[in-house]
Amino acid sequence: MTQKTLDQKLAILSDAAKYDASCASSGSTKRDSRDGKGLGSNDGSGICHAYAPDGRCISLLKILMTNFCIYDCSYCINRVSSNVKRARFSVDEVVKLTIEFYRRNYIEGLFLSSGVIRSPDDTMSDMVQIARKLRHEENFRGYIHLKTIPDAAPELIEQAGLLADRLSINVELPTDAAVQHYAPEKKPEQIRKAMADVRLRKDAGKDRSFSGKRLPRFAPAGQSTQMIIGADGSNDAAILGQSTRLYSSYKLKRVYYSAFSPIPDSSAKLPLIRPPLEREHRLYQADWLLRFYEFELDEITSVTADGNLDLEVDPKLAWALAHRAVFPLDVNLASREMLLRVPGFGVKTVTRILSTRRHRALRYDDLIRMGASMKKARAFITAGGWTPGALTDSANLRARFVPPPKQLSLF
Amino acid sequence: MQHVVIPDIGAAQIWREKARGFLASGIAPDQILWGEVSSDADLFATQPPAHKQGTITVPRSFVALANTVVWHNDPERFARLYAFLWRLRTAPHLMSDRGDSDLARLRNMEKNVRRCQHKMKAFVRFREIGCESDKRRSFAAWFEPTHHTVEPTAQFFVKRFADMDWRIVTPHVSAIFEQGRLSFVTGQPKPDLPDDASEDLWITYFRNIFNPARLKVQAMQSEMPKKYWKNLPEAASIPDLIANAPTRARQMAESAPTLPPKRMAQVQAQLAACTSAWKGPEGALEKDIAACTRCPLHRSATQAVLGEGPKDASLMVVGEQPGDMEDLHGKPFIGPAGQLFDDVAAAASLDRTSTYITNAVKHFKFQAKGRRRIHQRPDADEIAHCKWWLDAEVDQVKPELIVAMGATAAQALTGNGASILSRRGQIEHTATGQPVLVTLHPAYLLRQPDAQRRSEAKDLLLNDLEVATRFL
Repeated sequence: MTQKTLDQKLAILSDAAKYDASCASSGSTKRDSRDGKGLGSNDGSGICHAYAPDGRCISLLKILMTNFCIYDCSYCINRVSSNVKRARFSVDEVVKLTIEFYRRNYIEGLFLSSGVIRSPDDTMSDMVQIARKLRHEENFRGYIHLKTIPDAAPELIEQAGLLADRLSINVELPTDAAVQHYAPEKKPEQIRKAMADVRLRKDAGKDRSFSGKRLPRFAPAGQSTQMIIGADGSNDAAILGQSTRLYSSYKLKRVYYSAFSPIPDSSAKLPLIRPPLEREHRLYQADWLLRFYEFELDEITSVTADGNLDLEVDPKLAWALAHRAVFPLDVNLASREMLLRVPGFGVKTVTRILSTRRHRALRYDDLIRMGASMKKARAFITAGGWTPGALTDSANLRARFVPPPKQLSLF
Repeated sequence: MQHVVIPDIGAAQIWREKARGFLASGIAPDQILWGEVSSDADLFATQPPAHKQGTITVPRSFVALANTVVWHNDPERFARLYAFLWRLRTAPHLMSDRGDSDLARLRNMEKNVRRCQHKMKAFVRFREIGCESDKRRSFAAWFEPTHHTVEPTAQFFVKRFADMDWRIVTPHVSAIFEQGRLSFVTGQPKPDLPDDASEDLWITYFRNIFNPARLKVQAMQSEMPKKYWKNLPEAASIPDLIANAPTRARQMAESAPTLPPKRMAQVQAQLAACTSAWKGPEGALEKDIAACTRCPLHRSATQAVLGEGPKDASLMVVGEQPGDMEDLHGKPFIGPAGQLFDDVAAAASLDRTSTYITNAVKHFKFQAKGRRRIHQRPDADEIAHCKWWLDAEVDQVKPELIVAMGATAAQALTGNGASILSRRGQIEHTATGQPVLVTLHPAYLLRQPDAQRRSEAKDLLLNDLEVATRFL
């Protein structure tokens, strides 16, 4: 077998990495290289340097160290039973790619993941070595996200957390049963234990030492995880339930939902479907409502009988349509909590309403200027010069928001 | 009527000074014509009078707003800012009135500039113009921003790329950073940049990170508008990626599942070896233990110390781990603790030659201190890794009773290594139901500070070993 070129390896190992949704580069410590001794900066917010036609942003160099893997997870392109081409980067190759891409302003940093080779510890220690080389030899101050291997030794996880901005471990599927079925070698309890461990280390890093010194920050941008949607039969209530548990137990920064996507050389165990992109989108919306809009889980999932989100309208609108008794709200009087529940009002709009309300009464046109989406909001509010009249309770209100019916395809 | 020209470079500072002067002199917005360098002087323009000096108070949020809006490409930006500033004199609360149409307009312009700045941070693409081996490398980029964003965004690049020289050339103002100093110039021609090998790698990356099964062209275009495409090297492959995506997705769906590669059986056998019980031919266990690399302890220890004794022994004694002497000799229980054990065992009429003696962990864990090796207790991970061998030994010998000496052995055999003193002398069970007698480790006796306590502990151990002999 001839040696693969760097270009061929990059093609194989980026193709293998694309099923990880996360590409965030935000939320880490602020730092820069104005001293002229290093390369890179991070000002807390992320930058998307490019977008692929699949609509996903490209912020980090997202690659696998190797796509050789001894596990056989049915949904994964890199499982041992798949016939995809295999390749492996050396430590120096990953370091060089990261630095050269960064210098040309292509990326914010590195997202390194890997198939499991030989043993979890060997894989993890190679990944840590890459991060260490970037930080200590190249003085790289950009963003590093490491995917940790759940059963790797705790010392390795600790080193990884001190070098990287973010650590992540994928829970893969919404229920333990599904993980056991589709990823027989992975152990949900071990994944949870690893997440708990990262949280505890992060918490411990916040304490000052006896002499008042701060300990080195452990994974300053926190940890995240990913769940594949639509591969197993879990409904949205189960998925969102799982993510609220994860958010509260392990203080995750993000739970990513990844619509199960066809992969080349798929397994017979998981039939290929069109990726449920709309469902993925609704889950993200619901996730936002839970975290930033003070919604409770059962408020969102109890709107429909089967515990799945309404695919035709967004979850907030679905809730409002089912609770029309509380509407219309007067934007000049309603509380912040209630304003947040108005479809078409975002957190920013609500803040603007509250600050302007202190000076004068708001009119319909003011709301447009404040960035509200009045097409949605107008049925649910009253403002100066506007009352929805019978619109709020009209029988065809839902039909106004639903996309027009499509003729079924004959083929 | 007054005509003021604001130059391209340093616009924020100059506008601010001028506006402060006009405001102090009480000149109304309709008396001022604001112009860029390129704009012609108004027919009725007069020279501005000497400004009055005075203190002007302006809400801090307005200063931040103005510092951004001055970089907008709208020729009316200076006039709009001054007009709003004029209104603020008498109504400072206007800054928090988000419904005001003038403010809404300015905020919108601010948003446009911010977005343009953000896109500049994202979409500038450098090419190397120097040599890769240069001590201080140099790069250049051609970029066409919508607004005048080079000056306010340059600091971002200074902070990020301070260890290299770079220049961002635009049709308007260009930023040049050389030897740690930043400068701005206007009227630079579009440079002819050399080819860059890393750019080809970047295009390879872009083509392969794209997932053809989920085409969302609109989502891409709303964040990466077409106007930027001509200066993005990767954008040339977008039409091709979009055109081929449906075919590629269909091919994935239509291709039948393939047979797993031959390698799989081998890999899974290896994996099974890591997770399940040891299964090997008779007599191979010793050899396999000797070759163990399951945990890092093998790297520093001399050798794995195997169990010793008849393979059909009815009693199995499990200690903690080999010590200094054991590690060197490769035999269990020959150091000081081993000798002590032999004494007590003899007193309890326990025949060592008919007993299978082994350790919970097979490699010596220690810390090197000068010329000595200080024993260290194995951690839970190491015990768990080595339990695999212990289980294999138990399975081979099938003893009637196992004596677990000390916390490590108790941890390996019963899953609990705590409070040995209160548990000793009692029969517990392994996960598979074999009886385990928990007792003290002989090394515990050696650690006692005085003869009195040592003899007490020795009595306890003796007592327990007698229990063991009676059990059989």
